[in-house]
Amino acid sequence: MNIHEYQAKEIFRKYGVPTPRGGVAFSGPEARRVAEELGGNLWVVKAQIHAGGRGKAGGVKLAKTLDEVEKIAEEMLGMTLVTHQTGPEGKVVKKVYIEEGADIKEEYYLGMVLDRALEMPVMMASTEGGMEIEEVAAKTPEKIVKVAIDPTIGFQPFHARKLAFGLGLGKDEQKEFIKFANALYKVYMDNDAEMIEINPLIKTGEGKFLALDAKMGFDDNALYRHPDIADMRDLDEEEPTEIEAKKYGLSYIKLDGNVGCMVNGAGLAMATMDIIKHEGGEPANFLDVGGGANPDTVAKGFEIILSDPNVKSIFVNIFGGIVRCDRIANGILQATEKVEVNVPVIVRLDGTNAEEAAEILRNANIKNIIPATDLKDGAQKAVKAAKGEL
Amino acid sequence: MSILVNKDTKVIVQGFTGKEGTFHSEQCMAYGTQIVGGVTPNKGGMTHLGKPVFNTVEDALKATGATVSMIFVPPAFVADAVMEAADAGIELAVIITEGAPVRDMMYAKHYATKKGMKTIGPNCPGIITAEECKIGIMPGHIFKKGNVGLISKSGTLTYEASNQVVKEGLGITTAVGIGGDPIIGLSYKELLPMFEADPETEAIVMIGEIGGDLEIQAAKLIKEKITKPVIAFIAGQTAPKGKRMGHAGAIISGSKGTAAEKMAALKEAGAYVVESPADIGATVAKALKERK
Ligand SMILES: Nc1ncnc2c1ncn2[C@@H]1O[C@H](COP(=O)(O)OP(=O)(O)OP(=O)(O)O)[C@@H](O)[C@H]1O
Ligand SMILES: [Mg+2]
Repeated sequence: MNIHEYQAKEIFRKYGVPTPRGGVAFSGPEARRVAEELGGNLWVVKAQIHAGGRGKAGGVKLAKTLDEVEKIAEEMLGMTLVTHQTGPEGKVVKKVYIEEGADIKEEYYLGMVLDRALEMPVMMASTEGGMEIEEVAAKTPEKIVKVAIDPTIGFQPFHARKLAFGLGLGKDEQKEFIKFANALYKVYMDNDAEMIEINPLIKTGEGKFLALDAKMGFDDNALYRHPDIADMRDLDEEEPTEIEAKKYGLSYIKLDGNVGCMVNGAGLAMATMDIIKHEGGEPANFLDVGGGANPDTVAKGFEIILSDPNVKSIFVNIFGGIVRCDRIANGILQATEKVEVNVPVIVRLDGTNAEEAAEILRNANIKNIIPATDLKDGAQKAVKAAKGEL
Repeated sequence: MSILVNKDTKVIVQGFTGKEGTFHSEQCMAYGTQIVGGVTPNKGGMTHLGKPVFNTVEDALKATGATVSMIFVPPAFVADAVMEAADAGIELAVIITEGAPVRDMMYAKHYATKKGMKTIGPNCPGIITAEECKIGIMPGHIFKKGNVGLISKSGTLTYEASNQVVKEGLGITTAVGIGGDPIIGLSYKELLPMFEADPETEAIVMIGEIGGDLEIQAAKLIKEKITKPVIAFIAGQTAPKGKRMGHAGAIISGSKGTAAEKMAALKEAGAYVVESPADIGATVAKALKERK
């Protein structure tokens, strides 16, 4: 689960990771009030969406007067921001963060993430702050310093020193930086974070370190022990159909094609999308119905797939293991009684009791249900059906 | 022959008396797996499915001589169960549980490694040596005995692949579902050499997914050390470019972990890279013929 910048900064403050002062606002006048309370004569209005690259897309703006704060906030709210991390459809801005303007002397990058190969968290820093850090990693990897932290010893001063030297920090700055990095490690570990990114981390004119940006993601499996963080979930940032699917234990992602897919298991679901493309079609979605493909989940699956008007055929691809195919076949038949399915449904059931299942489907003799013998046959039929050639 | 487990392997089950543990232990026993007991704290002394229940893994190990534990403990307690198994001297823990926090598994894996205990999973179907020993939740009957080793991140794709191999008139030595969580136990880099060393295995199917760089590491190893044919499929070739936040993950793996990248690396290493998931079985048959 991801959270907004303003929420991440709240967590930072709790742990003593310094950030500028600021507050969230949902309207122009509210933004003005927040700025007024902050005081000073320079503010930054920042669009709160779950994506980076806001600056370049017009989602981060400086304001020198309260009138300006109000005006910028009003313009930003409701606007659709398209950045390189939102996808082409962009994201609608529903809240803005008003923050005191910082005196930037130096910009750095500081991030933390799990290194799957080393099986430890890694903290990394770069002098190329504010830039496209991915590009830095690709073109000048030597400009990124990384330390892997063995969780059984935790974050040690030598880790921090290595990063500080990598950033070319002087002796006085090191002490400040070490404190900062220490606190960040604690934020990461205590909260079961999956990712923290501060880009830029700045050094101010006074030589203080401040997190100007804050991106945080969390391990969904650990949210049960962080109710405060679970409460930060912003459903506005998620697809309504995906939320609806989750309620029924389904995992759904909408795509742009016209061949709907219903599959058990994430790997097979991805492979099903792959084979549809391989056979000349375009998948309309990823849908994993999980292990319990019963009449209710299958009916819900049909409903969700058919809520997408592009869908011209549906490929049900289920490998029956512990759940037997004959039961799944009956489930599909029952589901078609509950939901009106008006496109061809190609059904491939393989595994335990596959023959019985094929028999059940054939005998039911429903015009829209077309049995397939294997993965390839099913994919070919589904692609043809979507093109109106079946 | 086979790898890791066979008909003589003695297995205990942690989380034996729970609903999942009970159902799947029964299935494993019906397959022929030697389940010699189980562990459920505070139920020691009971008999379940005709086998003794113990309070601790240590007690179970002393009484039964088991070397493998199959773990069905709920996600919040799974790391504790894994560490208990490691502490007691279990040699291999097969962790079926789905939804374990990553941080917990990180600590558990470190401790297991320190104690010399191998792990498989979490969030995986388990391991099966065809017609001998099934430790996990896979439908046993689709794994007919044969000469093909199978390693897969995905559960249902493991079944799909085995099914295709069997339809070609071939079969499986051992199939291992390694799971796709961020922290996992045995992976391609440990399992490929085991299959290479197994005299009965003649070809190895490896099924990967987008994300991470385990498959890239595997490619390096295949190039240097594996002489048996490797047939590889990577799921997610058409997965949409993820909406994401930040870049940290990509910086670490030095790549974006795309299917295209992994397929290219495997091809370069000499593996038979399959583009359509429907061609896994046929490609195994072809590879075996070519190498003979
Ligand atoms: N409080 C502030 N005071 C002064 N300048 C700021 C402040 N906050 C942000 N900026 C400037 O705006 C730029 C963009 O802001 P920020 O990094 O928060 O958003 P972003 O563009 O979404 O980030 P990224 O591209 O890393 O995903 C910063 O690099 C910084 O130069
Ligand atoms: Mg930024």
